[in-house]
Amino acid sequence: MNFGDIARKRLHTLILASLFAVAATPQVSLAQEAAVATPPAESTVAAPAAAVAAPVAAEAPAATPAEATAIGEVVLDNTYKPLGPEWIKGAPTPGAINFQTQHTDDGRFAYGMHTFVLLPIITAISLFVLALLLWVVVRYNRKRNEVPSKTSHNTLIEVIWTVVPVLILVVIAVPSITLLARQYESAPKDALTIKATGYQWYWGYTYPDNGGFEVISNMLSEEEADKRGEPRHLAADNRMVVPVGETIRIQVVGADVIHSFGVPSLWFKIDAVPGRINERTLKINEPGIYYGQCMELCGARHGYMPIAIEALPRPQFEAWVRSQGGTVPGDAPAAAPAAAPAAAPAATPAAAVPAADASPAATAPAA
Amino acid sequence: MATTADHFQAHADEHHHDADHKPGFFARWFMSTNHKDIGTLYLIFAIFAGIIGGAVSGLMRWELAEPGVQIMGHIVEFLNGTPSDINHDGHMWNVLITAHGLIMVFFMVMPAMIGGFGNWFVPLMIGAPDMAFPRMNNISFWLTVAGFISLMLSAFFPGGTGNGAGTGWTVYAPLSTSGSVGPAVDFGIFSLHLAGAASIMGAINFITTIFNMRAPGMTLHKMPLFAWSVLVTAFLLLLALPVLAAAITMLITDRNFGTTFFDPAGGGDPILYQHLFWFFGHPEVYIMILPGFGMISQIVATFSRKPVFGYLGMAYAMVAIGVVGFVVWAHHMFTVGMDVNTKMYFTAATMVIAVPTGIKIFSWVATMWGGSLEFKSPMVWAMGFIFLFTVGGVTGVVLANGGLDDNLHDTYYVVAHFHYVLSMGAVFSLFAGFYYWFPKMSGKMHSEFLAHLHFWIFFIGVNIIFFPQHFLGLQGMARRYPDYTPAYEYWNHISSIGYVIMAGSMLIFFANLIYAFVAGKKAPANYWGEGATTLEWSLSSPPPYHQFETLPVIEDHHSHHDAIGAKPDTATAH
Ligand SMILES: [Cu+2]
Repeated sequence: MNFGDIARKRLHTLILASLFAVAATPQVSLAQEAAVATPPAESTVAAPAAAVAAPVAAEAPAATPAEATAIGEVVLDNTYKPLGPEWIKGAPTPGAINFQTQHTDDGRFAYGMHTFVLLPIITAISLFVLALLLWVVVRYNRKRNEVPSKTSHNTLIEVIWTVVPVLILVVIAVPSITLLARQYESAPKDALTIKATGYQWYWGYTYPDNGGFEVISNMLSEEEADKRGEPRHLAADNRMVVPVGETIRIQVVGADVIHSFGVPSLWFKIDAVPGRINERTLKINEPGIYYGQCMELCGARHGYMPIAIEALPRPQFEAWVRSQGGTVPGDAPAAAPAAAPAAAPAATPAAAVPAADASPAATAPAA
Repeated sequence: MATTADHFQAHADEHHHDADHKPGFFARWFMSTNHKDIGTLYLIFAIFAGIIGGAVSGLMRWELAEPGVQIMGHIVEFLNGTPSDINHDGHMWNVLITAHGLIMVFFMVMPAMIGGFGNWFVPLMIGAPDMAFPRMNNISFWLTVAGFISLMLSAFFPGGTGNGAGTGWTVYAPLSTSGSVGPAVDFGIFSLHLAGAASIMGAINFITTIFNMRAPGMTLHKMPLFAWSVLVTAFLLLLALPVLAAAITMLITDRNFGTTFFDPAGGGDPILYQHLFWFFGHPEVYIMILPGFGMISQIVATFSRKPVFGYLGMAYAMVAIGVVGFVVWAHHMFTVGMDVNTKMYFTAATMVIAVPTGIKIFSWVATMWGGSLEFKSPMVWAMGFIFLFTVGGVTGVVLANGGLDDNLHDTYYVVAHFHYVLSMGAVFSLFAGFYYWFPKMSGKMHSEFLAHLHFWIFFIGVNIIFFPQHFLGLQGMARRYPDYTPAYEYWNHISSIGYVIMAGSMLIFFANLIYAFVAGKKAPANYWGEGATTLEWSLSSPPPYHQFETLPVIEDHHSHHDAIGAKPDTATAH
């Protein structure tokens, strides 16, 4: 049992022991919210395509029913075609004041924790202090209160304003520790691994389980982004294509200086540090395009190395892999019978212990 | 009689006694060993550096007012005389953000708070004739100036993609080592070394002064909270700055002498640099705010005509903030790929700081509660501070959650948070302190009307600048970007408008200074009335060149709250 489990158990006990029932209420609603959000989109069948068409239409006002039909066709077709701008789900909204809509389970949990627990608490505290200040201005100004009191101690009130914040922090700590534990759950052994490498000033995406090819991703020029109907500075020439609805393993590394792989709509950010491979799991619930950017100052063109993730159902993902000259483990013998004996043993350990495999390039020659 | 020195000083003004004998101009201002003169030098320097740092942020807000890169190219052409390109534009941006951060932290807030108000008022408040090491005090000031010059020089040397150090104020390796070829970053590091050495010497000076030179009867538990705040700050400086010095020395050797402390190719680790930097960097943010806490306590008590509520709790809350401030540093590094248990620890430890901070906020309110409040300019700045610091504090609680920080890290939410606690917290306390003590230091009254006007316009301006930045950060806008996708334009544009409003209020500030020196009324010894009880109010305005040659004696009132000082009505100063 690690510290996290112990901490959570202790905190749960604490919160039960405290009579802070009112403050605990948001917890319950949060848990319910998370439960509702849990059923993931099943990605390999056509149904979710129809299911997600509605949110797409809601988020992108330009989408018409005709386009929604076209979306269905793209998802049904088992060949790869890049998703069009109507599939953009993870991008900033002009003038918005909250987080981007979240498309992972952890993201929804975190979003709920912020919106339903933290935001009300911090707003209430700020307004409470503001109200106190306004009250003393009105009540204790020199005109109304010419003779000041000499009170400079009150043990009870001092205990209260020490203990109440502690209790509030405990209330915040429970979902906070839960969120951390969720974010650090390790990927299934057979999860697909994708390695993102930060370079000055572009990203490279390597697919060690699929032959080890690397896709280089550069920012589109403003003209080109406009032409494709994608947001400027977020659109990339080659996207990081991932399978939707399954837990995948993202490894991040820096090639020269530190970069950071951040995608706001997936609640995902991890630094790309030279000499170390950082690993996190990612499960995107719906097919779509999710934009991110480099989030750690990395030099002159730090602002110009966007991340564009394209989440596709398995068949389309595999079609994309083949279109990049990569292999899909299942069909390796059919695709290249001569190479099969070499490819199979190389692919299996890579899938089993990708974290230990600091150099995915080693598996590339086998494919 | 609470003070015995003042009788003699009361006449010093009039008779040009030896106590008020001043050296010639050069000796007085360039070889100064007088704590008040050095404090004045620090304040002038901080205002000068603040103008430059503020102008840099103006260029930044101008650039960010709309998408696209509009003005970086002009700056590059102006400075280098050569046409710019995307790389030079981007590098110039990085140079500006680096300069803004370093100037505001090391050459504006710290010199003003500790060097300026600390030097001026700690000896006065504790009844000491001067600082313990007057000559070291002089060295501290001039090393700070040298550090500033070194930072300015760095802008004219190659720093990788263009001239100047474009590493961010955090100077992370390997961007600051292999990523920035040329002497600019060395000049920047040298600047930090000089400023750091100055601050360490200053810290030693304050600790020695406060421990050894308090007037008879002034126990630590009777010491004014501003002196307490500087004492805690001095310990933070003393313990944190050597770690920064070590880290940046390792940067120097990695850059120039082939070591690989932070280079994985040689067995080093870039994350080690971040741990060392933030072991300094987190206490540093309390170094920037604790003296402000002290000033706010003095001001709130003065204008409430009440002793500070919970004096001991206030003093030890600062000590607690200082201690806990040393064990939370990695919350600045939540996304470097740390272990889940480490992240849980730093989440929990960081949230703990909210408790002593809450004690301070509520104690200020309780000080006002039942008081007889007079809304002179220092008081409105102090009340503005309390509210805005609360807003900045609660967003800190959000950011403390490692799991939430996965989305907010390095976004404008963080920028908004630390500007609420610094640009509004620290700077509001600086203005509060300035209006509180300016007549005491200069002998001239400023215009209260202009000071209030300055407050309201500044208050509106900074809120328009920084509140929308929360929204930008929540929407995912990254820090340190000269350019952005059009979706971020709306709030960026508003933020830039806020800058113009804020800058306009600064014109009022300078107009007020000119007014005070040209037409300001002569300030009496205690121009704030009976609420002002600390020892500086028992002296003339400005105080005699040498004060307390005979030490004041603090009466024992058998309780803490009278400790904020001797009563002026028992002193003989007029
Ligand atoms: Cu980068």
